[in-house]
Amino acid sequence: MSTGTSTTQPPAGPVSPEAAASDPVDPTLVGTTATAAERRGIRVPWRFIGGRVAFYLFTAWAAITINFFLPRMMKGDAVDAYMARSQGQLQPEAEKALRALFGLDTSVPLWQQYLDYWGMLLHGDLGVSISTGMAPVGDAIASALPWTLGLVGVATIISFAVGTGLGAVIGWRRGGRLDALVPITTFMGTVPYFWLGLIFIAVFSTLLGWFPAGHAYELGVEPGWNMAFIGEVISHAALPVITIVIASVGGWVLGMRNMMLTVLDEDYITVAQAKGMPNRRVIWRYAARNAVLPQIQSFALALGFIVGGTIVMEMVFSYPGIGLLLLSATNAKDFALMQGIFLVLVLAVLVANILADIAYAILDPRTRQTEA
Amino acid sequence: MTTLEFTNVTKIYNVRGSGQIKALDDVSFTLESRKTIGLVGQSGSGKSTIAKILTQLEVPTRGEVLLDGAPIRRSGKGLRRYRQQLRMVFQDPFASLNPYHSIRHHIERPLRLDKVVPRDQVDDEVRRLLDRVRLDPDAILERRPHELSGGQRQRVAIARALASRPALLVADEPVSMLDVSIRLGVLNLLADLQREEGLGMLYITHDLATARHFSDEILVLNQGRVVERGPADDVILHPKDPYTRELRAASPDPEEFFRTASAQAAASTHSLGGMR
Amino acid sequence: MDTPVTQKTFFSQLKASMAMFSNRKSAAGLIILGIFTLVAIAAPLIAPYDPKAQNLDETLQPPSFAHLMGTTHIGEDIFSQIVYGTRGVLVVGFLATIMATVVAIVVGVTAGYLRGWKSESLSALSNVFLVIPGLPLMIIIASQFQNPPLAVIAAVLGLTGWAWGARVLRAQTMSLRNRDFIQAARANGEPLHRIILVEMLPNLMAIIASSFVGTMTAAVLGLTTLAYIGVIPVSNLNWGTILFWAQQNSAFPYYWWWYVPAGLCIALVGVALALINFGIDEYVNPRLRSAGERARAMKKKGLDVNDAVTAVRTAETRESQA
Repeated sequence: MSTGTSTTQPPAGPVSPEAAASDPVDPTLVGTTATAAERRGIRVPWRFIGGRVAFYLFTAWAAITINFFLPRMMKGDAVDAYMARSQGQLQPEAEKALRALFGLDTSVPLWQQYLDYWGMLLHGDLGVSISTGMAPVGDAIASALPWTLGLVGVATIISFAVGTGLGAVIGWRRGGRLDALVPITTFMGTVPYFWLGLIFIAVFSTLLGWFPAGHAYELGVEPGWNMAFIGEVISHAALPVITIVIASVGGWVLGMRNMMLTVLDEDYITVAQAKGMPNRRVIWRYAARNAVLPQIQSFALALGFIVGGTIVMEMVFSYPGIGLLLLSATNAKDFALMQGIFLVLVLAVLVANILADIAYAILDPRTRQTEA
Repeated sequence: MTTLEFTNVTKIYNVRGSGQIKALDDVSFTLESRKTIGLVGQSGSGKSTIAKILTQLEVPTRGEVLLDGAPIRRSGKGLRRYRQQLRMVFQDPFASLNPYHSIRHHIERPLRLDKVVPRDQVDDEVRRLLDRVRLDPDAILERRPHELSGGQRQRVAIARALASRPALLVADEPVSMLDVSIRLGVLNLLADLQREEGLGMLYITHDLATARHFSDEILVLNQGRVVERGPADDVILHPKDPYTRELRAASPDPEEFFRTASAQAAASTHSLGGMR
Repeated sequence: MDTPVTQKTFFSQLKASMAMFSNRKSAAGLIILGIFTLVAIAAPLIAPYDPKAQNLDETLQPPSFAHLMGTTHIGEDIFSQIVYGTRGVLVVGFLATIMATVVAIVVGVTAGYLRGWKSESLSALSNVFLVIPGLPLMIIIASQFQNPPLAVIAAVLGLTGWAWGARVLRAQTMSLRNRDFIQAARANGEPLHRIILVEMLPNLMAIIASSFVGTMTAAVLGLTTLAYIGVIPVSNLNWGTILFWAQQNSAFPYYWWWYVPAGLCIALVGVALALINFGIDEYVNPRLRSAGERARAMKKKGLDVNDAVTAVRTAETRESQA
């Protein structure tokens, strides 16, 4: 039996001044690394967030650089044809901007072109789009972006909530009848988004007439904050949202169920139940809360996939978002618009990633802990 | 006669954000053929760091390691020779064997790498090694690690370590993760092998009793410093350092236990008469 | 002398690692995939018509004995198109997946084994490709080509698909690297290439298999999506091109035989791959395997697996329940 303190071994870790002064030494303070539990409000994990932001800045730079090099790597004929087509219709400044964008002025050294490109970007100048009547690329994107954000945002939130909740319940009732839902939802996830959308349009729109077949609102209705318009928007968005949700919910269900199974095997769940905690609290406040953390991490990674799916969905439903814009730009070989869209998409994904990281940092106390 | 001198070695780790940790502070000892040194200390005392430095997985911050008087090399032929001369038996018998490969693979690799025997004799040598660690080759060779018991795996690890015919052996807590009932068997095996092969052995452990039983000399390590050293019996029976005394007091002593237990039993039968 | 001994172990090890495919789910998935592969290989024998053969007398015919899946607006046989389309999907799919997996292994294992800035920069590289949305990137790159050969299409698909596997492999390699048996191999003086190829890689097999299957799913979906959008030239026939033509020629909604089979085939390949992945998952994480079975077995005995209280059964209760 060792005594409280030995003369040869100093207490490990910092000892608070009060404890050192008083005698005898409080045994709970010796041999631990923490002296007292402090609660100073939410501790912001600056290092963690700082690291992530640094990474995203790097990714943004990488995306911009890829964008810079793409037209220069491709065979010249595509770009030349593009310029030839738009020859008569461009203002001189616009033409100059495009030539800079595509690196057609071989007299300018590459690094200079790179700096000029950055200059253009920081001024918000993404070039001019020939497929939308010579409008600046930025304008074309700005009018389409809100539709996409609305669609993606709503669909993702619903899919995440439904999928995670369902997965938690299925994991809890393992071996029950609900288990059959897992292969069903997974099957629905293997069906290609766009095909599902096409089928839904065929069935629910053309045949049954429940939902409108496309676009965000009927032509002729005045856009604005009035009930008629909002009603239109909702009814037109319903089918695309439902399609995205059905196609993507399978992934959330599966992931959440697997995590629940792993978490429910942990000892702290057994302790909670042994303490007499009602099952409802155990499943939601203990098990699901821990199981959802990896889901949030995979959420950030799934964003790229979600974006891809939404783009195609817009093409299927003729929804006036970025996806449809990209499609028409691709068909018209409107390179400036395509690159501008790519850039905006990447930046949007990065912002969403940052938000997901912040949410994760808030929810997972361990990230806050390691900062201390 | 091979000698390894661990001279005034200090190892400092830089930890991101929290400064530095001094894992070893001016540690010195000499490993010689035919002698066993017991290195005793609790978790975090620096035992594993010494093992890592010896197997060149870490580099000393200060001080040096000399093999037969020359500083050990970290590349080329010198490294080869060093590796052939000093081998290690790891603590965790499951983790130290590749779960994917057969036992034959584990024993053959060092034989082939160091070209210990000509190619056509490799199979015989593998069998001979398994015999020496008292395992039946035919039963063991084609098995994979998860099919063996902990004791068997550790014997395989010992056979693997001996394959290259080293002069020095480092045993890093070789029996800590084995069932108590088989520990003695494995330790006795190590002792026999050391005697037969004339190995110099460094026996790292937290268990004083076995250290005393198997070592000629004992070093007591506390927070990176050697606080006591000397012949095994002297250190255990007449410890001078307070830390060593504490270690000894913490070890359960069966004789002491029975003495106090019978004294208590005698005392309680006396008081029972009072009918409380 | 090396060959006989190691070969015997290699094959027996290979058989042992096939264990991850031996449960029912994996087997089912492999069978489905196998059927599709056979169809792709034997396409000329199975398809009754040339997929491009037009028959203007029999346009937009519903399924019949002559045309198992009906005809298109210019009389092409849809069944033949599906059969030949299988080739396009599987060849490009496999090619893209192999490319992506090779890159993932090289980058991931290297990043996991090295330390310091080399590892961090490789990790940052794969994270960049993870974050950048794949489909827009593919659209932009693919649209720069006029008539890209198969290999280029596969490369573009692989370019967006390698990052996930690399990340997972890096994490797993990092944890493997610190295991004692790798330290022992290094202490034995094993050369680097043997440590990675012989000691580490076999232990990574399950992860690589799972990553391969996942990447293939993404590749097939990506390919058919690109074909449907029209970014990939229609000269490469796959199920997505069929949907492209269906869309262009107003097959929706009435001419269901044109667009339903193609989508179902894509889904079926996806299901097969998902089943294989389930099988691998259960092999790797035994908890998933037995959780449902345990609960069902308990239910049969009248116990609820989530019950906080464990019922104690004595001889009397058992008799009273008999």
